[in-house]
Amino acid sequence: MEIPTVPGHHGDAAADITTKITARNVNVFYGEKQAIKDVSIDVSLENVTAFIGPSGCGKSTFLRCMNRMNDTVASARVEGSIELDGQDIYKSGMDVVQLRARVGMVFQKPNPFPKSIYDNVAYGPRIHGLGGSKADLDGIVEQSLRRAGLWEEAKDRLLESGTAMSGGQQQRLCIARAIAVDPEVILMDEPCSALDPIATAKIEELIDELRGKYAIVIVTHNMQQAARVSQKTAFFHLGTMVEYGETSTIFTNPVQPRTKDYITGRYG
Amino acid sequence: MSLTVITLVLLGLSLVAFTTARARGAMFAAPGARHGGLELGRVHSRPNYHGAYVALLALAPALLVVAVWGVVGNRIVADHVIDSVPAASRPATDLDRSAFMSEVQGIASGEMEAGFNPATVPAAKVYNETSGSYNLIAGGIALMLGALGAFFAYRSLTPTFRARNKVERVVMGLLILASLVAVLTTLGIVLSLIFESVRFFEKVSIVEFLTGTVWSPQTALRADQVGSSGAFGAIPLFWGTIFIGAIIAMIVAIPLGLMTAVYLTQYADPRVRKWLKPLLEILAGVPTVVYGFFAALTVAPLVRDFAISIGISNASSESALAAGSVMGVMIIPFVSSMADDALTAVPQAMRDGSLAMGATTSETIRRVLLPAALPGIVGGVLLAVSRAIGETMIVVMAAGLAANLTANPFSSVTTVTAQIVQLLTGDQEFDSAKTLSAFALGLVLFVITLLLNVYALSVVKRYREAYE
Amino acid sequence: MSSVMATTASTPAARPDKAPTEWASETMKRRIAGRYRSEAVFKYLGLVALVLAGLFLVFLVYTIVAKGATGFLGTEVKVTVTYDPAALGIDPAAARGPNGRQVIQAGDFQTLLSKAGEALGPSATVVSEGAWVALRTAVMDDPSLLGKTVAIWVPVNSNVDQLAKGKYDLQEPEATRGIDDASVAKFKDLDRRGLIRTGFNWTFLSAADSNDPELSGIWGAAKGSLLTLAVTLALSFPIGVLAAVYLEEFAPKNRITDLVEVSINNLAAVPSIIFGLLGLAVFLNFFNMPRSAPIVGGLTLALMTFPVIVIAGRVAIKAVPPSIRDAALGVGASKVQVVFQHVFPLALPGILTGTIIGMSRALGETAPLLLIGMRAFVTDVPNSLSNPATVLPVQVFLWSDDVQRGFVEKTSTAIIVLLIFLMMMNSLAIYLRNRFERRW
Repeated sequence: MEIPTVPGHHGDAAADITTKITARNVNVFYGEKQAIKDVSIDVSLENVTAFIGPSGCGKSTFLRCMNRMNDTVASARVEGSIELDGQDIYKSGMDVVQLRARVGMVFQKPNPFPKSIYDNVAYGPRIHGLGGSKADLDGIVEQSLRRAGLWEEAKDRLLESGTAMSGGQQQRLCIARAIAVDPEVILMDEPCSALDPIATAKIEELIDELRGKYAIVIVTHNMQQAARVSQKTAFFHLGTMVEYGETSTIFTNPVQPRTKDYITGRYG
Repeated sequence: MSLTVITLVLLGLSLVAFTTARARGAMFAAPGARHGGLELGRVHSRPNYHGAYVALLALAPALLVVAVWGVVGNRIVADHVIDSVPAASRPATDLDRSAFMSEVQGIASGEMEAGFNPATVPAAKVYNETSGSYNLIAGGIALMLGALGAFFAYRSLTPTFRARNKVERVVMGLLILASLVAVLTTLGIVLSLIFESVRFFEKVSIVEFLTGTVWSPQTALRADQVGSSGAFGAIPLFWGTIFIGAIIAMIVAIPLGLMTAVYLTQYADPRVRKWLKPLLEILAGVPTVVYGFFAALTVAPLVRDFAISIGISNASSESALAAGSVMGVMIIPFVSSMADDALTAVPQAMRDGSLAMGATTSETIRRVLLPAALPGIVGGVLLAVSRAIGETMIVVMAAGLAANLTANPFSSVTTVTAQIVQLLTGDQEFDSAKTLSAFALGLVLFVITLLLNVYALSVVKRYREAYE
Repeated sequence: MSSVMATTASTPAARPDKAPTEWASETMKRRIAGRYRSEAVFKYLGLVALVLAGLFLVFLVYTIVAKGATGFLGTEVKVTVTYDPAALGIDPAAARGPNGRQVIQAGDFQTLLSKAGEALGPSATVVSEGAWVALRTAVMDDPSLLGKTVAIWVPVNSNVDQLAKGKYDLQEPEATRGIDDASVAKFKDLDRRGLIRTGFNWTFLSAADSNDPELSGIWGAAKGSLLTLAVTLALSFPIGVLAAVYLEEFAPKNRITDLVEVSINNLAAVPSIIFGLLGLAVFLNFFNMPRSAPIVGGLTLALMTFPVIVIAGRVAIKAVPPSIRDAALGVGASKVQVVFQHVFPLALPGILTGTIIGMSRALGETAPLLLIGMRAFVTDVPNSLSNPATVLPVQVFLWSDDVQRGFVEKTSTAIIVLLIFLMMMNSLAIYLRNRFERRW
């Protein structure tokens, strides 16, 4: 099926858009069942990309392809190409461990480790050997927590357990943790669905700040959130990407009838 | 008339009661029937319940009588038989009594011709007469009670009789009784251990027992010998138990058990895991006497040869290392299974979170999963230690019975459990300090394993709750 | 906007931004290679641990089978015996009469055998000391043998038996070999004359314990095990199941229930030897029950096994979904009826599996039975629950103490039999679990 591209998408001045991830004709199978059919999409640094669609339509599955987390599922098989900065991430030359540091992930339910706040954030740098001395590590931790908007609340409690915080704080801790390894892309799988509205608002502000430093992809159930937070939106339905374009256009004047039906709440 | 015959007659009686009462109940339920002016056809309970009610009321008191007699009867008959023997040839001690009685029973049933004590033959006659007549009396009482019970129960059968409820109440009572057996058993263990230990501590001071370092349990050979010539310091036994069970066995079991659990939960694919877990369970199913034999036959000589080859010339053929290492292998499945549970209890989100950051599987295990699962693993190790220190046969067969206080793994040491076996097998005077010390040892073992188990289970429980 | 923006805008940056990571640098590449290496080592260690455990099991089984497989064979020597009633001291007429068996039993078969052995020459010493029993059994089975001369195969003594099976290293010098040259010569002499054969050892499976390895068998111990386990099952199964049903379905949440649950969990973890102490103190000393009898052994093991059944039963009952119960209650069944007519049949496979596993544990138990006296030297096969008896694992233990080479072999053979029984029981449990257990 020909994927309709919104006029002007690929025609943007190349200098303004840094494309980080290029996915072409991606198919994903779980055993015999096909979960993703022929999806192609670009993720850029400057625009927050949102994946929307009803439950079970493949948004999270596709998200997990981009950092090869589907490798942990034994029956999963990925076809097609996904490139990070021009390098195919499924080719044998790509190192998964590095990939996952460059493409970070924040999960639906906050999952800080049962360690101190400091150790949570320092986990990634320690593993990848990014902090030489204690002072370096301290610096990375502070910077990450600042960028995640958690520094002021956490700076006096760095040695307390990461699980002893509120849900919203835990999620920001997970974002700080992902930031600490200096990623280029951050994938967020429904990061706010387990949080209360105030915490959600904080996270959405954070996403806005992080835009431009990191390429952000956010999967969300909440259309209003997608409208608030993203500049590009992709609508997924039953494993295919039905429509992809500027957020404002998708929500006000979608091309595909299925998109329109979803936006107006006729199903989902 | 033996007890078996009586029981069979009682069962037959209750069967008759059951069928008769059931027929009565069926009669109530027959549509259109009348009874004493009442319209029938709608009864409270099905006929089977009527039958069961009457049968139960017939059986219960009768069986109670039979059970009580079965348990107490032996003693009463034995007393009677012993009294019938002229005082001169009467068996003196408890041990002689029981030997005498078994000979009498053997002669009475026709299996033996004669016993050591010539008085056994006439005693056998007395035995047969006495047990016969007592059984008859007991049987008679039981049958009478049974018949009475059946009669009264039958009389109360009416269409509106809530037979089912009553039967169900009896069933509930049985259920509660069954559950109380556990409490009774625990009580029995505690009381019997304490009782005999108290008798022991009247002969040997508890301080000497718990802190003394010489274990040489000889007792006075003659009744008039003053003071016991034995030393009952149990420290070498406690040390041997810890050395073999908590140190050597754990050095073998913890790394192997932990790594097998790690491999099975994190690396093995599900089909492989399905076949490998039963393999570990086989290790747990081999009887300990087989392990003990293997340890004594094959492992101990290997250990001794090894010791000699590295220069320890007086290595014994029974060694702590042989017993401890085989015990360690036996414990591997316990440690592995507890570690497996602990690792599986860690939420998958933790693992995903670590992998998503670019950690390898081994880094995830070492830095996130194992620390997170640690309380569960520690609890499992404690339970394994408790199992190891309670283990008997491997030590008896491969570690020897010499109460040495040594840290040399190539020498022979003994444990609390091995000593209990040693002290209580063979012909022993039951009241001597020697045999009573076994109960004191048993009490210590029971208390320690109980404390370990309770603590370990609470650790594991708190750990599980943290992840719910 | 909000506090988050305000905070980061107002505080000055504490440190300058870190330089972006050089993922392709040499140091990074080396580091990552090292990390993959330690990953491989770690995974390997796990596999090695599993393999070690498996190897140990294989080593154990191999050793036992290697030592014990020959125990199923027995060596016999052929002697020609003249059943002369006069030499036996038996009146042939009486032997055919109503008390024939007793008459024959009193005959002097030992002397008869010695006389028959003279035909073998000096090699007669290979004959087992207890071989005369075979002669007596032959005549008791067929009294018409009296007066006839018949050839009969009788067991050889243990040393020659082991020699025939090749258990001695004949290259070793006589002093350390374990068997003297004279015996070897006698054996070879008889073998040459065709008077020696090694065949299946039926004695092993049908006889009870004996002082002579060649005459000993496990049937006594096996029957003792059967009787003891029968008592254990008869006592622990009903109590265990009823207690499990009560705790899962009826028990109110109060202190007494907690006490019961704690008791059961603790009892399941108490060392088995403590149950032996309990049996000794209560059943033997307080109730004066017969020492060394299957009934006492069964009682003791039942106390040890029923917590296992309770725990397995609770798991099985808990697994039955509440919808079953609700449906039954909905048609008007009483709680007791729901439990016994609906829940219990569905939980039965799980309960049975747990019971079989508990029984196989009880079959292998040694220590508690040693304490209640089942270590006696029992030479008769037990006939009732109150005869002195022993059980298979205790028999293994007793034989393992004996230094005669023949008993080393017999111990291993007995272990093989024990392991076969256990394997059968566990296979039954696994079969039941796979066939009948439902996944809700």
